[in-house]
Amino acid sequence: TPGAQPAEGGRRDFSAAARAQLQELFKRYPTREAALIPALHIAQREWGGWLPDAAIAAVAREVELPAAKVYGVVTFYDLLHQHQVGRHRIRICTNLPCMLRGSDEIMETVRQELAVGENEVTPDGRCSYVHFECLGSCDTAPMMMVDDAYHENLTPERVRQILGELD
Amino acid sequence: MASAASGAFEPVLTRNVGNPAALTLDGYRKGGGYEGLAKALKMQPDAVIDEVKRSGLRGRGGAGFSAGVKWSFIPKGKGKPKYLVCNADESEPGTFKDRLLMEKDPHQLIEGCAICCWAVQASTTYIYIRGEYSFANAVMEQAIKEAYQAGILGDSVLGSGFKLDVYMHQGAGAYICGEETGMIESLEGKRGQPRVKPPFPAVVGAFGAPTVINNVETLANVPHIVVRGADWFKSIGTDERNTGPKLYAISGHVERPGTYETAIGIPFSELLDLAGGMYRGGKLKAYIPGGASAAILTADQAHLKLDFDTMTKAGSMLGSAAVMVMDDSTCMVRSVARLAKFFNHESCGQCTPCREGTNWLELLLTRIEHGEGRPGDPQLLRSVCKNMNGTALCALAEAAVGPVDSLIKRFPDEVDQHIRDRACPFPHRRYFSNGAS
Ligand SMILES: Cc1cc2nc3c(=O)[nH]c(=O)nc-3n(C[C@H](O)[C@H](O)[C@H](O)COP(=O)(O)O)c2cc1C
Ligand code: SF4
Ligand code: FES
Repeated sequence: TPGAQPAEGGRRDFSAAARAQLQELFKRYPTREAALIPALHIAQREWGGWLPDAAIAAVAREVELPAAKVYGVVTFYDLLHQHQVGRHRIRICTNLPCMLRGSDEIMETVRQELAVGENEVTPDGRCSYVHFECLGSCDTAPMMMVDDAYHENLTPERVRQILGELD
Repeated sequence: MASAASGAFEPVLTRNVGNPAALTLDGYRKGGGYEGLAKALKMQPDAVIDEVKRSGLRGRGGAGFSAGVKWSFIPKGKGKPKYLVCNADESEPGTFKDRLLMEKDPHQLIEGCAICCWAVQASTTYIYIRGEYSFANAVMEQAIKEAYQAGILGDSVLGSGFKLDVYMHQGAGAYICGEETGMIESLEGKRGQPRVKPPFPAVVGAFGAPTVINNVETLANVPHIVVRGADWFKSIGTDERNTGPKLYAISGHVERPGTYETAIGIPFSELLDLAGGMYRGGKLKAYIPGGASAAILTADQAHLKLDFDTMTKAGSMLGSAAVMVMDDSTCMVRSVARLAKFFNHESCGQCTPCREGTNWLELLLTRIEHGEGRPGDPQLLRSVCKNMNGTALCALAEAAVGPVDSLIKRFPDEVDQHIRDRACPFPHRRYFSNGAS
């Protein structure tokens, strides 16, 4: 989705702090390649929640793999994003246990509140949302994830409140 | 997160759930923590394997394979590195028990990993945790750090000279990485596409080395077996083949969804009572006993024991013991269509029957649910299922067939009615969130 690039979008390379984290990572595995997915998580934090080409290139350099290989891995995993996402990423669980406890309503509420389609970013760059598979919190269904936080036992009112409180 | 242990059963795995002090090393040790590891280190590694074998502990991740037997497949002798990969991917729909174990009692898991490593003489553990579990990951990281500082991990485990490193490894959102060889590929930094077996991971696993892969709950049992003995463990459960304590994650239309610990083999009807009965007094229609991959059982099968063999005999499986409960307002076609969508999304795509088959299952069930089904669709569903069984590389293809096959067998009229009436007979507004009524 084209639109305003976040500040991090212009970054060319890892920060010094991130590079230090990477060095620690490499010590954990017998191969450099094994650090690829953890490195991509770090890169996503550095580049504002997604992986523009510059991020992929930086990871490829650090892990010493061809960029094509890195792309291949990125496209396999649901938590790694090749396209721009909102500053806040919302994942609404709609798998069976959450569906039985009302995830339709939760999905619909988010859609109405944000007024964009799934995988689109709100014009102010604030939010994007997707339906998601089971997040391992079915005892507190219906639920959704906003960035790293779980929000459980949701109601439409609660969803509106949570979205309203996001910066 | 809701959780509770059952009335009569003295909790083993969840004994620290209400005890936040156990999050710290001191608190965990006060309750006897790391005594199992200390005891194991004084035993011969093979004796530890024998004890676990004798306990009858079967894998809690889904397949139910004997943990002790799996460990005995690891080649003996030094020289080559060996690995333990703890499967904390927990992505089977309906499953949330491993998250509880990691968030509430991280040292119990570390102790289980350490004992396993001693038994098979592995010097590295990777705990592969699904990327979404960032809180559980942080709790584990903190506990691991404390364990290193106290000399429980590192160059000399509890002063024994045995070296052990334990690392957390975060996944990135892919159900198939829960499959053991998909997990190894992913750990190595690749797309999580399962490998052809044999060779089995015990011979060629992570980084080409012998590797044990066990589920979180499986490993959490191990310290207790070492401390209290195989005979104690065997005294719990249905019979010799179904032993020990078990976590059941119950969800859907029940009053108190949550993780319940009982002896393995509690009848479904009793588990339902523990969970407060049916949601808002609804009537039981069906339940899935073991995650999305298990065949659906019906209300007249509520007396069945939730153990490995009883579930298999009933044509379903215990799987991850994720029990999903549906009342009579539930449309079975819509429910199974949702599971089919899941499998279609999660198929890794390398086998044609699975890639195409999961796509067809979702397409057919969705169109039936939307009132666009055709008279031949049940036959077509059956033939797609048949072509997916035994033709693909890993168990995902058969897992996708499980719920569909049972829908056609146990709810044929409901499927037919959708097609005949060209509409779903269940009003969707019946699926309410907690706030609505
Ligand atoms: C598609 C698929 C997904 C799986 N997901 C998981 C999972 O999330 N967690 C798990 O422990 N086992 C999962 N398994 C089972 C593992 O392949 C493996 O049998 C298990 O981790 C072995 O540990 P255990 O013997 O202690 O159960 C999955 C299997 C398949 C085929
Ligand atoms: S059966 Fe499906 S998920 Fe398993 S390896 Fe084949 S395509 Fe991938
Ligand atoms: S189905 Fe929503 S958290 Fe499991």
